[in-house]
Amino acid sequence: MKVTKKDMENVAVLSRLDIPADKEAQYTQQLNDVLEYFDNLSAVNTDDIKPLAHVLPISNVFREDVVKESLDRDLALSNAPLKEDGYFKVPKVLED
Amino acid sequence: MKLFEQPAHVLHDMLVNKEITSLELTEAVLARIDEVEGDVKAYLTITRDVAIAQAKAVDEKIAKGETISFLEGIPGAIKDNICTKGVKTTCASKILQNFVAPYDATVMTKLKAQNPVIIGKANMDEFAMGGSTENSAFQKTGNPWNTECVPGGSSGGSAAAVAAGTAVWALGSDTGGSIRQPASFCGVVGMKPTYGRVSRYGLVAYASSLDQIGPITKDVTDCAHILNIISGRDEMDSTSVNEEVPDFTKALVEDVKGLKVGIPKEYFVKGIDPDVEKTVREAIDKLKELGAEIVEISLPNTDYAISTYYLISPAEAATNLARYDGVSYGERAEDAADLVEMITKTRTQYLGEEVKRRIMIGNYALSAGYYDAYYLKALKVRRLIKEDFDKAFEQVDVIVCPTAPTPAYKIGEKISNPLEMYLQDACTVPLNLAGLPGISVPCGYSSDNMPIGLQIIGKALDEETILRVAYTYEQSQSYHNDRAQLGGN
Amino acid sequence: MSYEAVIGLEIHSELKTNTKIFCGCATTFGAEHNTHVCPVCLGLPGVLPTLNKRVLEFAIKAGLALNCEINKFSKFDRKNYYYPDLPKNWQTSQYDLPICENGYVDITKSNGETKRIRITRIHMEEDAGKLVHSGNTIKDSDTSNVDYNRTGVPLIEIVSEPDMSSPEEARLYMEKVKSILQYIDVSNCKMEEGNLRADLNVSLRPAGSDVLGTRTEMKNINSFKAVEEALTYEIERQEEVLEDGGHIIQETRTWDPDRGITLSMRSKENAHDYRYMPEPDLVPIITTDEEIEAFRKSLPELPDARKARLEEQFGLSAYDAGIITSSREMAEYFDAVIETGADAKLAANWIMGDLSKNLNAESLEISDSPVDAKRLGEMIGLISKGTISSKIAKKVFEEMWKSPDSPEKIVKDKGLVQITDTKAIEEIVDKVIEANQKAVEDYKSGNKKAIGALVGQVMKQSKGKANPQTVNQILAQKLG
Repeated sequence: MKVTKKDMENVAVLSRLDIPADKEAQYTQQLNDVLEYFDNLSAVNTDDIKPLAHVLPISNVFREDVVKESLDRDLALSNAPLKEDGYFKVPKVLED
Repeated sequence: MKLFEQPAHVLHDMLVNKEITSLELTEAVLARIDEVEGDVKAYLTITRDVAIAQAKAVDEKIAKGETISFLEGIPGAIKDNICTKGVKTTCASKILQNFVAPYDATVMTKLKAQNPVIIGKANMDEFAMGGSTENSAFQKTGNPWNTECVPGGSSGGSAAAVAAGTAVWALGSDTGGSIRQPASFCGVVGMKPTYGRVSRYGLVAYASSLDQIGPITKDVTDCAHILNIISGRDEMDSTSVNEEVPDFTKALVEDVKGLKVGIPKEYFVKGIDPDVEKTVREAIDKLKELGAEIVEISLPNTDYAISTYYLISPAEAATNLARYDGVSYGERAEDAADLVEMITKTRTQYLGEEVKRRIMIGNYALSAGYYDAYYLKALKVRRLIKEDFDKAFEQVDVIVCPTAPTPAYKIGEKISNPLEMYLQDACTVPLNLAGLPGISVPCGYSSDNMPIGLQIIGKALDEETILRVAYTYEQSQSYHNDRAQLGGN
Repeated sequence: MSYEAVIGLEIHSELKTNTKIFCGCATTFGAEHNTHVCPVCLGLPGVLPTLNKRVLEFAIKAGLALNCEINKFSKFDRKNYYYPDLPKNWQTSQYDLPICENGYVDITKSNGETKRIRITRIHMEEDAGKLVHSGNTIKDSDTSNVDYNRTGVPLIEIVSEPDMSSPEEARLYMEKVKSILQYIDVSNCKMEEGNLRADLNVSLRPAGSDVLGTRTEMKNINSFKAVEEALTYEIERQEEVLEDGGHIIQETRTWDPDRGITLSMRSKENAHDYRYMPEPDLVPIITTDEEIEAFRKSLPELPDARKARLEEQFGLSAYDAGIITSSREMAEYFDAVIETGADAKLAANWIMGDLSKNLNAESLEISDSPVDAKRLGEMIGLISKGTISSKIAKKVFEEMWKSPDSPEKIVKDKGLVQITDTKAIEEIVDKVIEANQKAVEDYKSGNKKAIGALVGQVMKQSKGKANPQTVNQILAQKLG
């Protein structure tokens, strides 16, 4: 196995997902399978190749610094799971 | 042909000539929904009353003698990852099951200027992740040609609606084949335009550097018309191309004489269904017969496209979908003691398996220690894949190959094996990686009478040549006039 | 063992643009919560960012003013972490190709020594929203309220090299950066509104060593006083730990200004893994030499150059010129006073003296001073002409603070014109000599200091209006 238990735990934390105990083996196996397949990339020589993040050669796209109308607050809050007095409300934050 | 079976350009003429009203047409489509939607399940939301009101308004306009635009009064479906103000946009995910966008996607603004009739929001794989629409959190869409089969995906609802006659036209989105492959499976036309041709503002992001909205239609003519409507630079999308949009309908000419058509040998190897290979080869012969010059070409890095795509798209998805945390919109899990627990519970409870899997692949590929070996490596190979196409297009005008290695398969057949599902995308993902336009047009049937699609790939921003080849091929046969046998048909 | 502190600062400065960095919402401070929000800054599904051109311009100006090189190819990246004030759960920032790199500023310490503090980089990014806690403190709140007005307000982050070795240097560095940002007018730098805040990194090492120790970080310090106090406390704390044979833990600590101590925050299970990736929704920024030069030309005279000019042109001391040029407003006020023809040294003294004292007492900015530069200049003119004495000028200044009248009018109305008429002064002198025979005798018997008491009496009787020099002359004559 390429993917260790620690890898899975780390990925779960980064993803903010719980991996239920009964799914752990399956998830690990599936992640392992795809990663092993992805290893075919190691056969490609990319020594002098620059990464390609943007496929089209577009640069310098700007917006003028002109104020646009904001959303009405009720509309901004219309999808909020919990709101109060014009605020989005969340459970307490334990600092990390 | 019945009204709901007609392409939009025919219906438009009928409206203009007052042979039909938009209300008659809309009611015919709604009646078709009543008839077959129980089997097809293409829609997540149907806005029946709105549709009727829109149709009536168009009829009044026609009655007053006003001219109407191409899509005016013609019913269509919108993939449910395109934001529609005031109507739910769920992305077929439980986490957005009650989400109503307070704004319209740019394509919706452009469409609405045309006064089309919007029938509703089409089913899809959750967050566009999948190739069979089986990953919808709400329902499995059936292929109108055989409802035991998948319609393809992720725009399976859009393609199935057009094929079933429950929409005349539809919008889909394509990140790795999500327009072309369901079009192929459902025997309709689907185009992924050049990356940047159509604004992505309001398209719920899956993989931002790959996503693109495009039309799914009954024929190439409708495709060109809708592309005219939705294309163009948008100040809300920095990656939209600032190039003048040609009139794509001018490309609808029956002439491929002297055009060089490249056939990439790497697309006809292992895993390809014999029916698909045979049908596509016949289509290529047809193009030759019509005067095109067939050139064998090589796209040597094709084998790496799946790995590249399935590293880059999950990495982008992992960040794009981090926002579904239950804080300011979407569902929220109950009974969490603190914020971190709330977020984790929310995501665990409301995101589907495939979405979670891709988020985890993406975070793995981006995480410290694996970044260079996976994510960065994939970005480099992406350049090589693009350069393959650049070189090929020095030689040829278009590239032709299968859209998908197989016809539509049975619901449930492949879904348990993620890797096998991913490998199905071999013919479609390279275009997204290279940002190129591609179209799928029907080119025949498998021995089980399931449609097969021919993929035509063009140079960046050269949708016109693709449309020309597609139109010429389409007019040389009659597949575009075939309709799925379903319900009373 | 003696230790030396190694300090680096990350200064976050909000830019004074009209709109947010990636959307058209206004940036105005103090608006009703959640009213300056739109789909983009709320991070709703489907939205895309568009870069405010002015943010780039301001960042480039800041880079040039802080002696940086401007990267001709720059891009944005996503910095991924979960926090409820960050709606997308990533911050759009810059990672490997920031807009500016390799700059510096020079600071002048209280002992007169100048030190160069290197700047590693400056990058553009978006600010986060604000959590408003419903309880008294974070810890006793069951819930938090989120206000997204600040989400997407443009920031530049200025990252220094760990070149500072004392809390004073850190404060001076931050003051200098603030001053420069104000000069080039890219930030309001209102620290009380959080326009300017710093993350402080500090570690200790044995004096003379060049090995770096383990550092701690204190985030979001938003006053100069707190910068010095937090660093002073933290250096002492680390010293004690090391002296006791302990180890410093790499961590983020909070500064509690009320108790004057730093506190360990709950330690993280995992160190942050920000998983930076290129922002696919924003395109690269390419800047040409011509554009960079145009920005360079558009910069105003900066504090160091202005200070040198004031020393050279007006003969101000380095200290005075330093204070006058520490803020653009003060330097401009000084220039405006000089423009009235006022004497430069007197102008500097009045600005640093009575004017600053009065402004501080009423917590006013110099731009809001009730006495504008023109009137102060006129008043200084009256001193130079001998119309009023410096002593009377203080009274005139206090009157000017309260009324909009010109200094001439005040002097006239209040009868404060200096008596230079020798005859009038002689009369008073004669009376004083007659009434103070003891002092006269003392003087005559060689106690020359006794003249001071007599001068004082004359000034008193003239209600301060007699010209002190004339008084001295006449007394000396009369007493032989």
